[in-house]
Amino acid sequence: MNPYNLPNWFVWLHAQLGFNVADPGVQVLLVLAWGVTLFTLIAVVAKAAVVFMVLMERKVLAWVTQRKGPNRVGPFGLLQTLADGVKLLFKEDVMTPQQDKFLFTLAPAIFIFPVFVLFAFVPFTDFLFGVALPVGALLVFALSSISVIGMVLAGWASNNKYSLLGGMRSAAQAISYEIPLVLAVLAVVLFAGSMNLLDIVEAQRGPLGPLSWYWFYITPLAFIVFLISSIAEVNRIPFDLPEAESELVSGYNTEYSGMKFAMFFLAEYAALFVMCALTVVFFFGGYNSLLAGVALPWGGTMEATLISTPMIPMDGEMMPLGVWLQQTLHVPNLSWLLDQLEKISWMVLKIYTFIFFAMWLRGTLPRLKPDQLMGFSWKFLIPLSLINLFAVGVQRFWAYPNNSLDTLFNSITTHIPFLIVWAVIVFGGVGVFCMLMSRQLNAKTRKRFAAPSA
Amino acid sequence: MTTASPAPELSLRDKPGFSDLQGVTVEHGLNTQDMVVNIGPQHPSTHGVLRLVTTINGEIVKDMEPVIGYLHRSKEKMAEGRSYFQYQPTIDRVEYLSSFYDHYVYVTAIEALADLKVPKRVEYIRMICMELNRITSHLLWFGTFLLDLGATSPFFYAFREREAIFKLFEDITGARMMYNYFRFGGVNADAPPGWLDDVRKVINELPFRFDEYEAIANKNPIVMDRCIGVGVTSYQDLLDYGVTGPSMRACGVAQDMRKTNPYSCYNEVEFDVPTATEGDVYARYKVRMAEMRESIRIVHQLLDNMPGGDSAELRKLEKEHAKVAEEIAAAKKRVTVAKKNEEAPNAADVAKMAEKAPELPFDYRTTGQKVNLMVFKPPAGEAFSMVESPRGMLGCYLVSDGTPKAYRVKWRGASFSNLTILPSMMIGNLYPDLMAIFGSLDIILPEVDR
Repeated sequence: MNPYNLPNWFVWLHAQLGFNVADPGVQVLLVLAWGVTLFTLIAVVAKAAVVFMVLMERKVLAWVTQRKGPNRVGPFGLLQTLADGVKLLFKEDVMTPQQDKFLFTLAPAIFIFPVFVLFAFVPFTDFLFGVALPVGALLVFALSSISVIGMVLAGWASNNKYSLLGGMRSAAQAISYEIPLVLAVLAVVLFAGSMNLLDIVEAQRGPLGPLSWYWFYITPLAFIVFLISSIAEVNRIPFDLPEAESELVSGYNTEYSGMKFAMFFLAEYAALFVMCALTVVFFFGGYNSLLAGVALPWGGTMEATLISTPMIPMDGEMMPLGVWLQQTLHVPNLSWLLDQLEKISWMVLKIYTFIFFAMWLRGTLPRLKPDQLMGFSWKFLIPLSLINLFAVGVQRFWAYPNNSLDTLFNSITTHIPFLIVWAVIVFGGVGVFCMLMSRQLNAKTRKRFAAPSA
Repeated sequence: MTTASPAPELSLRDKPGFSDLQGVTVEHGLNTQDMVVNIGPQHPSTHGVLRLVTTINGEIVKDMEPVIGYLHRSKEKMAEGRSYFQYQPTIDRVEYLSSFYDHYVYVTAIEALADLKVPKRVEYIRMICMELNRITSHLLWFGTFLLDLGATSPFFYAFREREAIFKLFEDITGARMMYNYFRFGGVNADAPPGWLDDVRKVINELPFRFDEYEAIANKNPIVMDRCIGVGVTSYQDLLDYGVTGPSMRACGVAQDMRKTNPYSCYNEVEFDVPTATEGDVYARYKVRMAEMRESIRIVHQLLDNMPGGDSAELRKLEKEHAKVAEEIAAAKKRVTVAKKNEEAPNAADVAKMAEKAPELPFDYRTTGQKVNLMVFKPPAGEAFSMVESPRGMLGCYLVSDGTPKAYRVKWRGASFSNLTILPSMMIGNLYPDLMAIFGSLDIILPEVDR
């Protein structure tokens, strides 16, 4: 019936429209139709998100620096980004004869394409997602690294020295920070036992509520490594070396103007959105509510959403609010709809929390130097993520060979000896590592503070 | 720029990463090629129109040559074509971030030439203005320095405090940045009533703000990583290039004109000269932050010991004096034209009274000696005066031939000398270090080009 893994509602819709969805030929057509539909949906969602994020960034930065931010166009400056977008649309698209025209035009497209594809992987709810592939986690990072080619190409094709430096920096940065990023996610995949993003979200529902999400449940280490690397991956302060404006004017997009520049701009914010969404999916329980998985006093556990958890006593039974509303108001599918809405709200709320965090960082921190950037990744993040991966592997396959998240909490007492050993391994490893690092740093500092030659 | 100075102790060309070979070099088995980058004249971090012709290999700077002159406005030649007073407003534009200092060296040079006595109150007001100006200049430096490192927010915080001080300048001089306030032997006008209290209010608030800044930046690991051990200079380098100011004090030399050659009333106030020994970017940062606190200390003492106190009291005193003067004038009149039924006062008594008439003490005045500014002609001669400006030693050499126009005016700006050391500090460092090192030197281009 659905061999290409298309969303059920899409297939159902076409069956209702009179298509013979069992026919293999029709199924191929459906795949194409789904591609077009999906791209349109994503383009709309991504642009709406970016338009909001740009305004949000300006407002947050204004708040950090005690200014008012945009407040002229529309109420609270809501239309400011649209006005800016229209301005960029009508601007002249400057191209000098020295530039490689083909690559110069291709670069923004290569930059923006993977980001938009990534939107398809984000499970906003268990219903609202583009695709849920069994290799989702792998493909997400494979795709996100394609963007770098766009940056390098833009730097090369611009025939500008600042752009070239920016492009080179972006390549070095992407290579360095994708490794800890993927190593951190590997720990998640080990624990969830699946690379499907939907499964990963579902697996995070545990008896401890927010603490059973992977940011805490695996080790906070994996989450911290992922968070730092993801900010480096989307080139934001303190890792915005490819476009360091005080050094490289505007970095790889110095020569771009008009709509081509707008595409870079759009893709950068869209990438930030996707990265924050992935952080939420991997480490913050995706669309699960804050209390999902917690045991209820009257038996059973909280569902993914508050609205579909049995909470209202009726006829001697507990009934979810959504079902009660549906029965009272006689609206078909209302319970399901409310459930989906709540899931989207949780997801969006969590995503914007992380986006806010990234903006906050931008208002606070200065920029690293390229050598420090590389050193931080290779000497600090990668060893940390390897320690973390080792600890998680031991935890996963030695202590709880037959898995199950519940066993950790249900039989926590039986594992106390192991937990001690595990804690010694993890914290001891981190401690020894930090000690070595600090000794090295101290030696460096001593050298730096050596008396001047005069 | 290639300067004809003797080679420093440590040859800069021996630094790792430097190669005399231009073009293709082989480093770590890689064939690399040098690239010449023109940083400026329009570039976000040159703060004006400086052009740095930089040769880089990857990110390593191999050679750097500053090209200056894009902002040359013949400020020195202009002095020869107009009267001393007409030239004064243009001085503000020589160094627009701390122009009280430029005015000060100019008027003190003329005062030395014409032998004009300056009341103490004037000197105190001048010192308050200059010290506040040092704070605004350092605040702007703090903001732009961190902006160059990539932190945007401190810039806005620094400008907020700077604006509060500019409000004070506006109250006393009428302008935020182009003051034109000091006069030959005095100041343009006395401080408005209540101004001293306003100053006190602002500078009472400032130390808390500085604490906030230091909380943002001092212990920030990224700032420390980018500043500590970067752009280290030795004392010998500084002497060779004639670097002065905070850059010199960051090398452990307590060289401050206010202490070594006390001008104005700096021998009457207590203050320390902040120094650091490391000689790197971070040391320069620390010295400047400490200097702002010292400036506040100086201003507090000046406010407390201001001759004549607040101008409101002085105005009251002046009014009383005017009343007495009126009485005397009336009595004088009556000596010659006595009223009906009245005995004419004795002329000798009136003369005695006029002698005893109270007068504002010299130190309470805002003009020492009335000078007709339009036809002012100092006697022929030459004078050199110098001060410790926020950027280092600022000097003005003035030659007069007895005419209403100067024969020659020469400015010695600290920025010019401080800029010459930049290439030697940059060679062998990474390209992003340029922002830290160049920012830490606190160069202002109008002063370099004049």
